[in-house]
Amino acid sequence: MEKISQKTIHKYLRHNKHFPHVWCPGCSNGIVLGATIRAVAELGLKKDDVAMVSGIGCSSRMPVYVDLNTLHSVHGRAIAYATGIKMVKPKMNVCIVTGDGDATAIGGNHLIHAARRNIDLTVILINNNIYGMTGGQFSPTTPTGDIATTTPYGNIDPVFDICELAMGAGATFVARTSAYHAIEMKSFIKQAFVHDGFSLVEIISACPVIYGRLNRKGDAPEMMRNMKENVITASAYEKLAPENRENKVIRGILRNVDKPEYTKQYAKLVESLKPKAEDSNGN
Amino acid sequence: MTKKNKEKEMVLLQGNQAIAYGALAAGVNFFAGYPITPSTEIAEILSLELPKRGGSFIQMEDEIASISAIIGGSLAGAKTMTATSGPGFSLMQEGIGFARMTETPCVVVNVMRAGPSTGLPTNPSQGDIMQSRWGTHGDSPAIVLYPNSVKESFELTIRAVNLAEKYRTCVVLLSDEVLGHMREAVMLPDLDDVNIVKRIKPNVPPEWYKHYKNNPKYRTPVANFGEGYRFHVTGLAHDELGFPTNKSEEVDEMMDRLDNKIKHHVDDLIQIESFMMDDATTAILAVGITSRAAKAAVLMARKLGKRVGLIRPLTIWPFPNDIIRKYFSEVKTIIVAELNQGQLYLVIKRIMAYKKKRRIVPLLRNDGELITPQQILDVILEGK
Ligand SMILES: Cc1ncc(C[n+]2csc(CCOP(=O)(O)OP(=O)(O)O)c2C)c(N)n1
Ligand code: SF4
Repeated sequence: MEKISQKTIHKYLRHNKHFPHVWCPGCSNGIVLGATIRAVAELGLKKDDVAMVSGIGCSSRMPVYVDLNTLHSVHGRAIAYATGIKMVKPKMNVCIVTGDGDATAIGGNHLIHAARRNIDLTVILINNNIYGMTGGQFSPTTPTGDIATTTPYGNIDPVFDICELAMGAGATFVARTSAYHAIEMKSFIKQAFVHDGFSLVEIISACPVIYGRLNRKGDAPEMMRNMKENVITASAYEKLAPENRENKVIRGILRNVDKPEYTKQYAKLVESLKPKAEDSNGN
Repeated sequence: MTKKNKEKEMVLLQGNQAIAYGALAAGVNFFAGYPITPSTEIAEILSLELPKRGGSFIQMEDEIASISAIIGGSLAGAKTMTATSGPGFSLMQEGIGFARMTETPCVVVNVMRAGPSTGLPTNPSQGDIMQSRWGTHGDSPAIVLYPNSVKESFELTIRAVNLAEKYRTCVVLLSDEVLGHMREAVMLPDLDDVNIVKRIKPNVPPEWYKHYKNNPKYRTPVANFGEGYRFHVTGLAHDELGFPTNKSEEVDEMMDRLDNKIKHHVDDLIQIESFMMDDATTAILAVGITSRAAKAAVLMARKLGKRVGLIRPLTIWPFPNDIIRKYFSEVKTIIVAELNQGQLYLVIKRIMAYKKKRRIVPLLRNDGELITPQQILDVILEGK
């Protein structure tokens, strides 16, 4: 495999006035940015042909740094904005960078319906278990019992399993990894780009500055170690004794199936309505 | 409607149909929407017609998704539209602000029904005059049009799409339940005669391209996604390149640009109809469906020898303050007739405040029924 050099990465970044970035030291968002750029570069996608759309949140700040067609939309709606782009320019590679709150709380409706349509969008979902940007309120993935600024007594809400949610809604490519597993992350993002249909890669991430502090998860390296130990493959999980399975999260490609893609179905519909020279409409 | 409509003929059209056909005539090639009475026919017709023309139609999961999708579609280069009514229009407000802030052309049709809340879904209202101006948060100018006939529904839809392109903003087209559902015979223009505003493509090298040029000539070339100019779009305050900024000079420039492009072109934006105003001592101000009853009332009053006229803005926002002040400078009584609790009445009171010796009479109706010509005539006669 071709190695993507630091220099190549710089080719994908915008250098005029956007650095330093807004993220805290130790935040996982930068790792996801790096993996996403490597994925795009390794696939040889033309920058002009890639759109990156986000909502609002720390994670959603990513597009401004990247030299692609970039849209930093409003909270929760990135997938709906991306749907419009894809419908108008189906040949573009359209990816969405979003947070757990952005995608599954305020934006949950758009997530499930885009998955149901199986429209060819690539969702890169950075799950840091908290609302980072607004200072640490709980999200649909904040573990029950954890502390957030709006769960001072501990969270009583049950959590979403984002991948199950996406699969339940019809997503045809679903994978999960963590910010520690950067190489795997890149590989999953690449496959998600290539996949013809709705794809979602959930990246278990660290927000050491807010979630980590509120819940005494240690510093950034400590949180990385936790991801290494707790985000494990299905086979590693199977080998564990049931009592050791608590806190473990399975990584890997959880679904990869082929189903008719939405914009292609639409194109077929358009084709079928074209007046034909000999009057048959092809079926 | 065919491309070459050479032998022109009268067709019987519903207001909502006219909006859908107007959109097609204006070159709308992407529509995203969510069904709601009394606007649904627009989506239904476009779901039938757009795929035949290679355009795209999508029914989204809600109105927030619909406005989001048309903004995304517009950034990708399409002419885009959505259509809704009160409850959906409320949901679209954040998106409308985003389109204004990011200067992304698109059109939102709001076929007004009686509110608040679910209200009277199949009855007309003019309750969203103010929401169409102030509905989104923050402060930014709006362009809002409101026809009063089926023919005008067609024409103003084309105008809305054109103005959206020209001024790079979200234009709102208001209609109402009666206007949307009534049928009138109209002669549709030859499509070749329809004036269409096209997006000017940039021809500078990508590294010179500025998506938001501070240029007194507001029509600057605009790139689309996927065509070689990789620009950034954000709802954050941004500089000329579109990158976030909080430098007050840059924010100021941005806010001025948003404001001036409308403020400095009011003459281009305003359309207003005056009817029998020359010698009028009493003037009626009415818009949309209510203006039809008002016109009938003017004719009835004239038969009785009363000097009554009608002023009807077709451009609701920016409101034609100066022109209306001129028209009303000599009248003694102004009757503001509208299907709400006095939204235009407030505006007229404000803009006419400089001259105290004048009666401004509200004629308001809120029960889901139309104001009748007789009701207006009664107010005219009372005043004398
Ligand atoms: C309509 C709306 N509601 C609320 C907010 C405030 N807000 C901004 S970001 C955010 C949460 C972000 O959390 P998440 O999506 O998990 O991203 P993170 O910051 O953790 O990366 C909220 C609630 C907003 N910008 N818009
Ligand atoms: S608050 Fe958390 S998620 Fe946001 S930048 Fe800081 S570490 Fe990252």
